[in-house]
Amino acid sequence: MADWIEVGVLDDIPKLGSRVVEGPDGDIAIFRNSKDEVFALKDACPHKQGPLSQGIVHDKTVTCPLHNWKIELDTGVVKAPDEGCAGRYDIKLESNQIFIAL
Amino acid sequence: MKEKLVLIGNGMAGMRTIEELLDLDKEMYDITVFGAEPYGNYNRILLSPVLAGEKTIEEIMLNDEQWYMDNNVKLHKGKAIVNIDRKKQVVIADDGTEEKYDRLLLATGSNPFIIPVPGHDLPGVISFRDIYDVDQMLDASKKHQHAVVIGGGLLGLEAANGLMLQGMSVTVVHLGDVLMERQMDTVAGEMLKKSLEERGLNFLMGASTEAVLGEDHVKGVRFKNGMEISADLVVMAVGIRPNIELAEKIGLHCEKGVVVNDTMQTYDPKIYSVGECVQHRGQAYGLVAPLFEQAKVCANHLAKMGIGRYEGSVTSTKLKVTGIDLFSAGDFNGDETTEDIVMKDVNRGIYKKVVLKDNKIHGAVMYGDTVDGAWYFQLMRDETDVSDIREHLMFGQSHLGDSGHGGHNAAAAMTDDMEVCGCNGVTKGCITKAITSKGLFTLDDVRSHTKASNSCGSCTGLVEQIISSTLGGDYTATDHKPLCKCTEMTHEEVRIAFKEQHLTSALGAMEKLNWRTDDGCHVCRPALNYYAIVNWPAEAIDDPRSRFINERAHANIQKDGTYSVIPRMWGGVTNPKELRAIADIADKYEVPTVKVTGGQRIDLLGIKKQDLPLMWKDLNDAGMVSGHAYGKSLRTVKTCVGKEWCRFGTQDSTAMGIKLEQLTWGSWMPHKFKIAVSGCPRNCAEATIKDFGVVAVDSGWELHVGGNGGIKVRATDLLCKVSTEEEVIEYCQAFIQLYREDANYLDRTAPWIERVGLTFVKQQIVENDALRKELSDRFVESQTYFQTDPWAERATGGVESNEFAPLKKIG
Repeated sequence: MADWIEVGVLDDIPKLGSRVVEGPDGDIAIFRNSKDEVFALKDACPHKQGPLSQGIVHDKTVTCPLHNWKIELDTGVVKAPDEGCAGRYDIKLESNQIFIAL
Repeated sequence: MKEKLVLIGNGMAGMRTIEELLDLDKEMYDITVFGAEPYGNYNRILLSPVLAGEKTIEEIMLNDEQWYMDNNVKLHKGKAIVNIDRKKQVVIADDGTEEKYDRLLLATGSNPFIIPVPGHDLPGVISFRDIYDVDQMLDASKKHQHAVVIGGGLLGLEAANGLMLQGMSVTVVHLGDVLMERQMDTVAGEMLKKSLEERGLNFLMGASTEAVLGEDHVKGVRFKNGMEISADLVVMAVGIRPNIELAEKIGLHCEKGVVVNDTMQTYDPKIYSVGECVQHRGQAYGLVAPLFEQAKVCANHLAKMGIGRYEGSVTSTKLKVTGIDLFSAGDFNGDETTEDIVMKDVNRGIYKKVVLKDNKIHGAVMYGDTVDGAWYFQLMRDETDVSDIREHLMFGQSHLGDSGHGGHNAAAAMTDDMEVCGCNGVTKGCITKAITSKGLFTLDDVRSHTKASNSCGSCTGLVEQIISSTLGGDYTATDHKPLCKCTEMTHEEVRIAFKEQHLTSALGAMEKLNWRTDDGCHVCRPALNYYAIVNWPAEAIDDPRSRFINERAHANIQKDGTYSVIPRMWGGVTNPKELRAIADIADKYEVPTVKVTGGQRIDLLGIKKQDLPLMWKDLNDAGMVSGHAYGKSLRTVKTCVGKEWCRFGTQDSTAMGIKLEQLTWGSWMPHKFKIAVSGCPRNCAEATIKDFGVVAVDSGWELHVGGNGGIKVRATDLLCKVSTEEEVIEYCQAFIQLYREDANYLDRTAPWIERVGLTFVKQQIVENDALRKELSDRFVESQTYFQTDPWAERATGGVESNEFAPLKKIG
């Protein structure tokens, strides 16, 4: 069983936005999309380590601010034709509270 | 039960329609495809390179059999449809296979035209149309020596070139006096002929074929003048005819081709048709670009979205013979109502002719140097008035400004290892390989796969040229460029919609304008947000999440995720107190790099995001505000010292610069906007490469517009001369507002002015006092909403406080 760590509430993150959680192994980007789903990725694009938390969020995708690579929020997989994967973390929303598992 | 869609014709047009349809809706239909050829769908336009031995069949496959399986598309290859029962909605193949349909897509393509002379059906007489023909030719080239190609058009020359490269001695027989007379004028045709002759092709011009000779195999060709030549292989390449045999058999209305309306529907509402078999508004097309445009529209209607219309295509031509660059479009011969501009340099093998009618490009033909073909073509289709650029027209777009591709940009002459895209290090070989191995057709495809021209965009013309020389005449830049993949609408259409439909937010606009995606994407959201702000400054809902990070964080993101901070320094003038404050702040936050920018400001680099508000507060306390060095906005006003100090100065350029910066800072623009003010014509502030440049002269001020010192160096155009400071201000504000309202998002002033023409700008700003005043007033009004320091709002005003602080620290 994963250890769930509470990191904040849904309202801490703007719709179509992101916040950073400073983790033990580097920053974790927590995203919220327009349907109020939340996602957690390692805050580094597999391309050139751009901070994904600073990108534009649309549907289940974030566009990296450095070179416009598109990363799927639920899997961390880079959209074709680019290739790669940003690490993802398990995340859950329980009565407005956000938990992640490292 | 899903509806059944049947495609007859497993070729490029039909399959493109299926692919477009699957993109729109994967689940709508059970799809079945019938193809007479025993292969998957291949790139027919690359058969010439296959014949020339430059590519293999595998390399030109677009959809192999695995693709059909992966996409749940049933493929009947090698089965020709011989009949259709329109009442029962069933198609019947030559082997008896039957398939029911709810909707039918007819894409039977075209047939080569065979001249019905005696002997035309002898073994050894073939056309040049499919893989079978290529195999025949390759086979013949191994056994035989003499080939005759009848037809000196595009296809004939490509076939002749291929056969010659396979070692045959080839004679091209042409009825007319000019090769490719539908694509070339006499001069270009002669240059082409000469160049092909040097490569070893023989030509018989003005030769009318009377008979193909031989008994059980072709032996020669006889002409009407009695001359005979020997031949072991005769390739008939005199043209194609829409293949309408099946359509006529089932009573579908046909003329030259299957007649369709603007939604690609035939006279039977259940049957659609695309490709070379189609006749649309009296026109049949044999190039791939129009077919793809048809495919897009047809897919849209098959998917029952019902919003696309095909309105016909304007086409251009290129020849796929390696090492030969030629291009033509439109009416390049002209008549008594047109005028020609011609540039000819026989020694360098260069010929260009542009035909103008009413100051618009009516046609163009080019030989040797075709890099500007795409540009002329664009100007032609957009019906741009070229009177403002007429004197530069023949020297090409690169002459209007280019950072270094000028001079060596004949794509055909480039070697594979030459770098095309300097930003991303993409070579020509890398691009051509991606085009053929991945089946790419458009600039967008090439951009996303190779990254060529994906950053600064200065090599776009060269990339387009490489695409067109790889794909031949079949590539054309699309006419209608949607803003992004979320919509069919262009920037222009969206801009107008914002104004006419009173759209005040990006998210609201997506709903009103039927966006395909829920939230748009990183391309459209910033554009929509900008259009809202510029059209409705008082009411717009500015969405920070629809802005690029730099405008959201009010600082410039760097490669390591840190930011740079540039305080405003009005007109580039500072003082010891400000400098001391900056020095103290740099010490306090341990700023790793302090640099003076090109715009005369001080840049503090390497700032952590959470430090930004703290640093801004310190800068605010010292009297400084945001320099907006991060935004699509007014950046800096660069000045020289002017007459206050300089012995040559004619006006107080420094004070003028400060004044302009104080009036225009904080305004959002389609792209970044730079101003400079020089105190005399020596122009030390480099005002003539700025978006708006002011050069002081003894009698007043010269106003210059549309300069750019970046990607493409472009000197400004002189807008006008004014005498008072008040005029400078009004003209400047009016110009900015015109640019803000009229340009597309991410258009700098330089390309915008090249598109709309300086004449248009002068009409609005110089010649019409009332309009200028209105524009200037609208700018001033907008500024009342946006001239607030975003740093102060965030450092102490509590705006967007979530943006800068981490959510939590764990572990």
